[in-house]
Amino acid sequence: MSKYTEDDLREELKTKEYEYGFYTDIESETFPIGLNEDIVRAISKKKNEPEWMTAWRLEAFKVWQSMEEPDWANVNYKKPDFQAIAYYSAPKAIDPNKTLDDVDPDLLAMYKKLGISVDEQKKMNNVAMDIVVDSVSVATTFKKTLGEKGIIFMPISEAIQEHPELVRKYIGTIVPTKDNFYAALNSAVFSDGSFCYIPKGVKCPMELSTYFRINEGGTGQFERTLVIADEGSYVSYLEGCTAPSRDENQLHAAVVELIALDDAEIKYSTVQNWYPGNDKGVGGVYNFVTKRGLCEKNAKISWTQVETGSAVTWKYPSCILKGDNSVGEFYSIAVTNNYQQADTGTKMIHLGKNTKSTIISKGISAGKSQNSYRGLVQVGSRAENARNFSQCDSLLMGNECGAHTFPYIEANNKSAMIEHEATTSKIGEDQIFYCNQRGIDTEKAIALIVNGFSKDVLNKLPMEFAVEAQKLLEISLEGSVG
Amino acid sequence: MLQIKDLHASVEDKPILRGINLEVKAGEVHAIMGPNGSGKSTLASVIAGKEEYEVEKGEILLNGEDLEDLAAEERAHKGIFLSFQYPVEIPGVSVTNFIKTAINSTRKAKGLADMPAKDMLKMIREKSEMLEIDRKFLSRSLNVGFSGGEKKRNEIFQMAMLEPKLAILDETDSGLDIDALRIVANGVNKLKSKDNAVVLITHYQRLLDYIKPDFVHVLYNGRIVKSGGPELAHELEEKGYDWIKEEVDA
Ligand SMILES: Nc1ncnc2c1ncn2[C@@H]1O[C@H](COP(=O)(O)OP(=O)(O)O)[C@@H](O)[C@H]1O
Ligand SMILES: [Mg+2]
Repeated sequence: MSKYTEDDLREELKTKEYEYGFYTDIESETFPIGLNEDIVRAISKKKNEPEWMTAWRLEAFKVWQSMEEPDWANVNYKKPDFQAIAYYSAPKAIDPNKTLDDVDPDLLAMYKKLGISVDEQKKMNNVAMDIVVDSVSVATTFKKTLGEKGIIFMPISEAIQEHPELVRKYIGTIVPTKDNFYAALNSAVFSDGSFCYIPKGVKCPMELSTYFRINEGGTGQFERTLVIADEGSYVSYLEGCTAPSRDENQLHAAVVELIALDDAEIKYSTVQNWYPGNDKGVGGVYNFVTKRGLCEKNAKISWTQVETGSAVTWKYPSCILKGDNSVGEFYSIAVTNNYQQADTGTKMIHLGKNTKSTIISKGISAGKSQNSYRGLVQVGSRAENARNFSQCDSLLMGNECGAHTFPYIEANNKSAMIEHEATTSKIGEDQIFYCNQRGIDTEKAIALIVNGFSKDVLNKLPMEFAVEAQKLLEISLEGSVG
Repeated sequence: MLQIKDLHASVEDKPILRGINLEVKAGEVHAIMGPNGSGKSTLASVIAGKEEYEVEKGEILLNGEDLEDLAAEERAHKGIFLSFQYPVEIPGVSVTNFIKTAINSTRKAKGLADMPAKDMLKMIREKSEMLEIDRKFLSRSLNVGFSGGEKKRNEIFQMAMLEPKLAILDETDSGLDIDALRIVANGVNKLKSKDNAVVLITHYQRLLDYIKPDFVHVLYNGRIVKSGGPELAHELEEKGYDWIKEEVDA
């Protein structure tokens, strides 16, 4: 990400509209709408996949057909018509094997608008980036630098070709195809995503980053990410998402699987800014995502998320603390404004001894939005001395929004220590007047209060992302207090 | 500097200020005293531009300019500062970050660029030393878990940083022990000049021992019912407010 100055930030604050709502006119190849076995086969063929992968997809498709869309979340929306969506769309001008110099200039212009000019990325040398537009990964930078350390970072479609043994060994082991409705759908039709493998003992020298963008209308995006940190390795991974403003509801159903082997650590950060719909609640992305990580002995997984976009969010990044002494963390800021609905949280499954988990969730609701935290802390019978600390804070703006907390605790071992704290507060007129009196206008006052409220989580993000996230919080809440 | 003419203000249709007249000139210190509930804090809030309060009649002029159409932050940009009787908490926002934002907002309103970080730090160091504020205090969340005295000292720290033209201190002395009172009063005295003015709202003579007022006013039931020199404060200290109430209500 390019550096944002305070001035940029002020400039941004003037724009009331969804900032990433442009559509780039690049020629693309889109499959006919609808979903059946032939489409699944066609996607697999398009990707030149080996037989086992095609079979895996078809199996997932079968499972999906037998499943029903879940409705236990605290969200209301018109269920998508899965036969009205195109399941594959690729910017045509791009051949993933070409270098960046060959990339469609329109596409490069789009990256510029996204604030992630690849040229800049090259210079910045701190972030290696993969960009998935619609269904295809278009550029992976820094392959060479990473290659020297034995780190594999590439589109998952390429990984299936080049490292089938790794993909085959791990895909679907953390989020099985039949895990849930959207995961099954994703398994059948995912078209791209990122793959990352960090070898034993290697500390990845830079942040790895994927930028997802839905560009075409009438399509869904189903990306699949697989991160494997081998014994004693470390990686920090970032993902960002944007989509054009459209009246329709676009479906995004991703699956992310993390595997942290003994003594490994994965830090996974997300800034989710899919189009949230307009102020009347029309349009916006349905964000139904399954993210889960497995920790082996002494391993650690941290999920950090800043969720400001999407019309409906359904997302519970989770940790399976299988190994003894493993650690799971979940730090989340979820902002909802206008008619947005978010039902998000985490699951911490303690299986090993001395496992520890921390959950910090900050929900900010404005407008007529609904914001729910849903979290499960489960302690297995063999998990001696498991520890959990959860803190869920809600901040309300105005009287028409809602904040809800659904903490579930299942402790099957007497030695477990589980702490849960929750607060709900409102941005008060007195707070705003206090700021006003010091010369700070109301918009800035809200930004200040919200940033203060979110600080514990913002601090967990890598630097470049923290600045962007802070800016997003401000934009998302503009005009929310009259 | 400040002229208030026949000011009437109400909240939720309940009249609170019922015809206030007050003139404060540059270089002057005015004390406003009066029993609880008489409208002192309301007057301060109305001058500062709190929207909850409806100004029904009268006007407030700052250096000849009618403040009616100015939002609270615009009044602040023009140099009005209010030290709150009950400062609010803002979790997660440090004292330093808050004052930095305040200063740069005011500079921006005046068409100036942000204050360079170096100058900001220097100023913060100077002013916090003057008020004997510990550096660690500056990184704490604004007013969260502050003692009464710390809150008030923090208000005066902000005043020192913002260098207002007109400072209204609403019961800044309450909650301060004698040492803190001396430090705060010294701070205010150092900031006083012939170009700015101070309005002290207080119950007690003891603050006025440190900050000498030129005029003392008694506010009762939404009106200034008595004005005089510093001797009036002594009289109130001795006799309380009952004799004034009797005089007015008679
Ligand atoms: N926001 C408000 N809503 C309702 N009543 C108020 C409000 N603010 C002040 N009042 C009332 O106005 C009167 C004056 O209050 P205040 O200005 O705080 O007095 P003082 O500062 O002199 O003690 C009191 O009766 C108080 O209850
Ligand atoms: Mg008062």
